[in-house]
Amino acid sequence: MKNAIHDAMVITKRQLLQLARVPELLVFSTIQPVMFVLLFRFVFGGSIDSGQPGGYVQLLMPGIFVQTVAFTLASTAVGLAEDMKKGLIDRFRSLPISRGAVIIGRTFGDALLNILVLVVMALAGYAVGWRPTSGIVQITLAFLFLFMFGYALSWIGILVGLSVKEARTVQSVGFLVTFPLTFLSNAFAPTTGMPRALQYFAEWNPVSTMVAACRQLFGLKNEFGATANSWPSQHPLETSLLYMVILMAIFIPLSIRKYKNYSN
Amino acid sequence: MKSVIAENLVKTYRKGEVKALDGLSLDVEEGTVLGVLGPNGAGKTTTVRILATLLKPDSGHATVAGIDVIKHPDKVREQIGLSGQYAAVDETLTGWDNLVMFGRLYHLGRQSSIDRANELIERFDLTEAARRPIKTYSGGMRRRLDLAASLIVKPKILFLDEPTTGLDPRGRQDMWGVIQELVKGGVTLLLTTQYLEEADQLADEIAVIDRGTVIARGTSDSLKKQVGGERLEITVEPADLDKANEIVAKISGHATHVDLRTVSAPVLHGSKDLMEALRAMDEAKIHPLDIGLKRPSLDDVFLSLTGHVAEETVVEPIGKKKRGAKK
Repeated sequence: MKNAIHDAMVITKRQLLQLARVPELLVFSTIQPVMFVLLFRFVFGGSIDSGQPGGYVQLLMPGIFVQTVAFTLASTAVGLAEDMKKGLIDRFRSLPISRGAVIIGRTFGDALLNILVLVVMALAGYAVGWRPTSGIVQITLAFLFLFMFGYALSWIGILVGLSVKEARTVQSVGFLVTFPLTFLSNAFAPTTGMPRALQYFAEWNPVSTMVAACRQLFGLKNEFGATANSWPSQHPLETSLLYMVILMAIFIPLSIRKYKNYSN
Repeated sequence: MKSVIAENLVKTYRKGEVKALDGLSLDVEEGTVLGVLGPNGAGKTTTVRILATLLKPDSGHATVAGIDVIKHPDKVREQIGLSGQYAAVDETLTGWDNLVMFGRLYHLGRQSSIDRANELIERFDLTEAARRPIKTYSGGMRRRLDLAASLIVKPKILFLDEPTTGLDPRGRQDMWGVIQELVKGGVTLLLTTQYLEEADQLADEIAVIDRGTVIARGTSDSLKKQVGGERLEITVEPADLDKANEIVAKISGHATHVDLRTVSAPVLHGSKDLMEALRAMDEAKIHPLDIGLKRPSLDDVFLSLTGHVAEETVVEPIGKKKRGAKK
């Protein structure tokens, strides 16, 4: 067990070292979310009447936070697929290291990168007028939720990466999964305006419950679509927590098993 | 003592459609080099992957350092080094970063990892490039770094899967030098290659494989003996090919091998046969583009064993042993 953690940390450190050696990687991982903040704030923000004190940006920021951590799924999957293609995973597998350490290390690395990205986004949000009104404990809890959500999705990314193998395909699959999930949600527009069937989907969508949970934790009253009478929209914190536990309970063992059995 | 034993390995892909290994058996005596020689798709990489615990065979049995690779892959991994066809290192990191990382993964302490990385970088002549990302390395440098990474804990048994494929002649020569150094140090080596010259240069013993099974094995010399002595080889314009074939067949008395413009066959009396061929060509008024005696190369061995050439696209091996008149 001690070895497993040590090995995973070496792999995690490798990812941090990549950021140090190629700082552009960090710039590109943060530039897209910051771009989204600016686009939605200044392009759509002016014409969306949210009825929210402080304006649309208060509702927008939790949406963009969740969308960004959701993309961890794709980045984990792509990173792993590239390592496999280059034969690096074979090399790791020929070493006397703990089983699973390689993929656990990767999820840690991607989680650490998420912390950095969230910090940059929070600063960008603050610069364009985002002001959470709750206390420090609740704000911290919101970020903890975001962090955990990204970590849980990272494990789906591991399974996608191991199954699809080809980095470009993985990228497409990653986006195919995350785009509908983030837009068929309450992240950018209220679910109440959607057709009935979509509305059900949107309200049970983990992205929506996460967004609603963050909005609640940031001290918003109007949760922008989390007002319909479905159970998840009334209990966003509990539902989100449940989703994360379920995702990890399913995908961590599945991914580790897949990794152990993986062969070309 | 045998360091590596493989018995009747079978491996199929795509639900039995493609048979990569078809009852392959081989072994490597401790402290010696076995060259596994074969064309693309013969099953070389599959063999190495099974022995290095990366792949499970459908059936068969294999031990490395006396340990069962299927039952105790973890224990096998402590004994082996593996370097594959491509440089399996992190390209965004520097060479030094990579070696230190692998040292840590072999559970060396921080300082020992650093010391070992420095030592290997010096030994493999990578000092200048050590602090550059691997992306900037030449093919030969990448392979050397990859090999260095497989030597961090001084493994007793080393698997090198086509260590020089894709390298230019200079890179290949360098790599051969590095491998020969290693062998002097007493490592047991299983090396796969599609370059016949490479097996000739590096291996104590050669196993020729084709379509997933070993079709011959022995020392380079004993394999060459199997195809007999020298070969007469004549290259002519395509129009004269039939006539040249007749001449060669008559002198040799054996089956000839005919290429696009070249006819060859084994001969018994060397230069005497060569002169006879020249006379016959002169009488028939054929101008050979090239004519000579060729000592059997492993190409010939492969050809005579399998009935087909080793690899159509094979790069001309360096320093091909050939003598005779050139026109």
